[in-house]
Amino acid sequence: MKANLGFSLLFVSLLGIVLGLGTAHAGGGVAGTAKADKLDVCVEPTDVMRRRHFDFIKHQRDITVHQGIRKTDHSLAGCVDCHVRTDIEGEHVPIDASGEFCAACHEFTGATLDCFSCHATKPTGSRQ
Amino acid sequence: MSPPTDPPTDVKRRRLLGGVGAAAATAIAPGIFLQSLGNAAPRETAVTDDVRYGMLIDTTKCADGCDDCVKACEKENGLDLLEKPQGASEAQWEMQRPRWIRTVKLRNNLTGRVTSLPMMCQHCEHPPCVDVCPTAASFRRADGIVMVDRHTCIGCRYCMMACPYNARSFIHENVRVRTTVAPRGKGCVESCNLCVHRRDNGGDSTACQDACQHGAIVFGDLKDPNSAVSQAMAKYPNVQIRADLMLNTGVRYTDV
Repeated sequence: MKANLGFSLLFVSLLGIVLGLGTAHAGGGVAGTAKADKLDVCVEPTDVMRRRHFDFIKHQRDITVHQGIRKTDHSLAGCVDCHVRTDIEGEHVPIDASGEFCAACHEFTGATLDCFSCHATKPTGSRQ
Repeated sequence: MSPPTDPPTDVKRRRLLGGVGAAAATAIAPGIFLQSLGNAAPRETAVTDDVRYGMLIDTTKCADGCDDCVKACEKENGLDLLEKPQGASEAQWEMQRPRWIRTVKLRNNLTGRVTSLPMMCQHCEHPPCVDVCPTAASFRRADGIVMVDRHTCIGCRYCMMACPYNARSFIHENVRVRTTVAPRGKGCVESCNLCVHRRDNGGDSTACQDACQHGAIVFGDLKDPNSAVSQAMAKYPNVQIRADLMLNTGVRYTDV
């Protein structure tokens, strides 16, 4: 029970980071500029996404590379496209920049974010 | 909690498609075509061996000194965004820089006849690179495309040594500018993948074919007797390079 309470507290503070700090102290991104900001839910319920987004991405990665399935629901490119924010000049801010969508939680938890050593951190437009 | 609404997904798809539209999925087997007709590409079903992608390159049309296909390939797959590593000499960079297509000149020593041709991954039916890969990162997709799963590539470069066509490149340094369709990073091997993002998003050509103003490159499904590439192969004499290795390459050449 105590452990559960501790976990809940951690979860709530994490939530605070995502909803509060993450948007207030952005690395250049303006709050509300991501496509995701205008939607009610992600491709899965929010709590499921928080817990399992890496499973989804990893599963999609394998079926995309080996079977050519590019269904966008769980694709990393889809995450970036929807969650990337723009700065005050309207330029996309890399999603792994400090305080941005991916980095906010990963920095806080100290979990290494390795996707973006290869993958694009913003929608690459005509250079797709 | 309501399920995700459709419009945002459609917007994303539209962006990915970039106007490919109704022509999508024509290269897919009939049954699959029907399934994906409603929302066109990107594809939602696994590739099958009902198709085998390949190319016929007419070397008589291939002009000496022309590198349009190489340039187009580099632009399509982000190879032109790679930078010379700090401290590397020009000569070293020229030798090691990643290239998916090289222009090769062949000279017949007896007759002196010179042939120019683009050389890229030959998409073998029995690829030596796949045989030697210790992590199964180098693999042959069901539709005949030989490619590297960079998630499992450990960068040992065994495949580079095994390839008789010198078709593979290695990424030696961190990549600063990254694209969505051709992700790459330090420590992985890569090579021509027949513009696999175009295949999966319903496109019917490759960047090199589109760029060739001489019409020397014909791309298509080798298993479809009515495809342009099958028709051309039936019509013109053509060979596999190093046919003696019995790899059954998917890329064939005329007049070599």
